[in-house]
Amino acid sequence: MTTIEAPRSPTRTPLRHGINLEKWGWVYMRISGVILLVLIFGHLFANLMVGEGVKAIDFGFVGGKWANPFWQWWDVLMLWLALIHGANGMRTLVNDYSKPGTLQKVMKIALVASAAILIALGTLVVFAFDPCPAGAGADLVPSFCNA
Amino acid sequence: MTMTAHQDTSVTTATQDASTVAISAPLTPFTVTFIIRRFNPDSDTEPRWQDFDVDMYSTDRVLDALHKIKWEQDGSLTFRRSCAHGICGSDAMRINGRNRLACKTLIKDLDISRPIYVEAIKGLPLEKDLVVNMEPFFASFRAVQPFLIASTAPETGKERVQSVAQRELFDDTTKCILCAACTSSCPVFWTDGQYFGPAAIVNAHRFIFDSRDDAATTRLDILNDKEGVWRCRTTFNCSEACPRGIEVTKAISEVKQAVLRGRP
Repeated sequence: MTTIEAPRSPTRTPLRHGINLEKWGWVYMRISGVILLVLIFGHLFANLMVGEGVKAIDFGFVGGKWANPFWQWWDVLMLWLALIHGANGMRTLVNDYSKPGTLQKVMKIALVASAAILIALGTLVVFAFDPCPAGAGADLVPSFCNA
Repeated sequence: MTMTAHQDTSVTTATQDASTVAISAPLTPFTVTFIIRRFNPDSDTEPRWQDFDVDMYSTDRVLDALHKIKWEQDGSLTFRRSCAHGICGSDAMRINGRNRLACKTLIKDLDISRPIYVEAIKGLPLEKDLVVNMEPFFASFRAVQPFLIASTAPETGKERVQSVAQRELFDDTTKCILCAACTSSCPVFWTDGQYFGPAAIVNAHRFIFDSRDDAATTRLDILNDKEGVWRCRTTFNCSEACPRGIEVTKAISEVKQAVLRGRP
């Protein structure tokens, strides 16, 4: 075909209506990026600057933070947003630098699987974390559990 | 590099070899080496690089060198050019790794102490020497419906009125000459031939933001595709490559914003 088509006869079928993942992926990257700026620098500030600063970080410090629902949700939100943001970024890299085919599919499945596993494990840890599990020997738990 | 000893003072901007500039000397040519990526589909299985030494003046362009090679050294050298003055968009090629129009690239702007590498633009099927098959490029161009679609007739005997401010919105993208320098500099287009590419989006922008046009939403729907504007990574290769100085990446961003809004 070497001529311009007659007006009003689209050569490509316009996008079927429904969710356009590429568009929402693009929007997600921008929104999550802005939120992550706040979450990550807030996280760094709370851990490294406030109070005793970096010297205060130990098992007990993390246990104390995760006893507070505010920090539980802060960390879980950071976990979800960052992992999906990173996995989606890696997906675009795979799209950009590999040709469509089996290898590309394998890489994308590996990305989704690793992000999903990390999100599931991370969420479980943050909400189910107990620094002093019942029944554990006194030598296995930190000293403050026995106080 | 064998540069002869005298250059005219009017070309002192060619400072690659400033010591050779002599006052009031006659204009004499100097030898420039071109290494051109040749491909003859009848005899070659792979493209090969070939050297040519050409006598050039600093006022010459790369296109003049290609002419000299074709007319005086090797008539089989194949390239496209029509107007030879930066308007028709036929002679986009990769010069020293950058997409340029051969007719707008002056020898004095290149470092002639080293050979000048010239090859066909990338990402489109190579046909012969510097000629590529432009059909995939024009297919994307056609797909965005690059023509005025108006649902109302203008007032009888009058043109469609447009204010200066309305025109300003898309003025930049009217400058496109469809040379494919931007699209063939885009790394996404190199790996994904399905991507519309910068030039098609620029030409969609030209009509999407035209107050006289009524089919903006149709074009936005077309570009809101898996292979549409969202594949753009804002690497700015296209803006750097454009011989017309169009802010291509900015135009693509404006189309992205328009897709999100659902209107221009």
